[in-house]
Amino acid sequence: MSDIEKRAITRRGFLKAAGATAASTVVESAHAITKDLRDSANGPAPLGPGAVPFVLHVNGVPHSISIEPRMTLAEALRDTLGLTGTKVVCDRGSCSACTVWVDKVPTLACMTLAIDVGMRNITTIEGIGNADHLHPVQAAFVKHDALQCGFCTPGMVMSCAALLERNPNPSLDDVKHAISGNLCRCGTYPKVFAATLEVAQDRKALSRPVSTSNGKDA
Amino acid sequence: MNRFTFVDCTTVAEALDHLKQGSVAKAGGIDLLDLMKDGIVSPSMLVNIRRVKELHGIETSEQGLSLGPLTTLSELAAHPVIQKTYTALSDAASHAATPQIRNMATVGGNLMQRQRCWYFRSSEYNCLRKGGSECFAQKGENQYHAIMGNEICAMVHPSSTAVPLMAFGAQVELTSKKGKRTVPLNEFYIRPDESLLDETVVKSDELITRILVPAPAAGTRSAYQKYGEKESFDWPLADAGVVLVMDGNTCRSASIVMGVAAPTPLHAKAAEVVLAGKTIDEATARAAGKAAVDSATPLEQNGYKVQLFHTVVYRTILLASGQLKRDPSAVGGMA
Repeated sequence: MSDIEKRAITRRGFLKAAGATAASTVVESAHAITKDLRDSANGPAPLGPGAVPFVLHVNGVPHSISIEPRMTLAEALRDTLGLTGTKVVCDRGSCSACTVWVDKVPTLACMTLAIDVGMRNITTIEGIGNADHLHPVQAAFVKHDALQCGFCTPGMVMSCAALLERNPNPSLDDVKHAISGNLCRCGTYPKVFAATLEVAQDRKALSRPVSTSNGKDA
Repeated sequence: MNRFTFVDCTTVAEALDHLKQGSVAKAGGIDLLDLMKDGIVSPSMLVNIRRVKELHGIETSEQGLSLGPLTTLSELAAHPVIQKTYTALSDAASHAATPQIRNMATVGGNLMQRQRCWYFRSSEYNCLRKGGSECFAQKGENQYHAIMGNEICAMVHPSSTAVPLMAFGAQVELTSKKGKRTVPLNEFYIRPDESLLDETVVKSDELITRILVPAPAAGTRSAYQKYGEKESFDWPLADAGVVLVMDGNTCRSASIVMGVAAPTPLHAKAAEVVLAGKTIDEATARAAGKAAVDSATPLEQNGYKVQLFHTVVYRTILLASGQLKRDPSAVGGMA
């Protein structure tokens, strides 16, 4: 297969396109179905075990998807929405590689059921920066070489960026505490500390808040 | 993970309607999902209680503390009244697991965690707790197992918050369709010699609806310390919660609880007796630490935990009485 053909129909591209189409057409009906289920009897109706329609709000965009109740948020983000920036390593809550924000609170996507997220806002690494517009924490990670294999990096960035959201002037201990759940097998911690503290310093020098999104509603 | 139905409840009454054989209540879901992913439990229905408003919230009054069971460990750790008056509880909450887990995990779920034992948590081993005929820890890899009450089953209960809550004399309010009952946390956990299939007194149709901590007597000081192999995300190798009612330097009464020493959190009664009426100093604290582990029956690989508990009990007594700073080698000691 030629490069052009590959680019034309990549798996990720296909998933993204399919997801976008579905999102625009099914959002309303899914809301209606969910509402009907709640109102249908006395109290809430059990959902599943088969796939049920569900709306997941990710990076400011509602995505209408069909999920089994057993699907984790990490699986929904990666496998259903194609947002593979969120990494799954241990799948047991032990490494924090899958850290995303649920209403801005750092949360483990692998130990959260997608169906349990309800109307809350999910922010993933794709929601805070991209290759053209890096989040300041991402830019500082690049500058300080705060990654080696990079697999823990999205979760690490989400933890550090969340810290700066709630504490614009963190101490070294604050940074250590904020990433105390994020395991890095490559041992990049000192550079992660330096990168995060520099973002706080730069921000103070410019006396403007850290940009937390690249234009989307993160 | 097995397939299941999911019912999203917003009131206690709705949740109780769905709590029956085969269903299980889900709060933060950390331990439950862990057990389900490993095939240790396979409920046919998850009753989601996380959005039940009446189970959230921290209330403080002259009578004491009333905790909604859905209070997260982060919320417990950050609460100024708990930090000041129930110091051991905020210390325990702030040193459990990781920041992300503390944002998700609830105090009710923390009390309801299943015990830690790698044989129990592996689907490869059909141990006593799963209806089998053998405790594999007795002759197996038992370096993290119980050093007391371990003759039948050597699992340890890992709840960090149960340790100070029990030391403070907390009570747990349980609600079913039949009504409410209140159980002292002291009688909440079931020892292996009482039952191998029930780990707590909570029935399958009951929910924890409140955790009540009586207001400490005047002169009360408390502390919690935990030793582990790692600074973060690790279950304790030894931890202790100490609540002292002081009259100057004299201890009127002491309440000391050890976590991960036995299959249930355990009052160190012998150590409490040593301190009562005494002046707290290094010698009495060490004597209490020794008394706490006098009845230990370590297994082949966990004799080191006897010394560790001796140390954590005596150093936490001195920390509570204000005579020692947090041990730098304890978890959180460097911060």
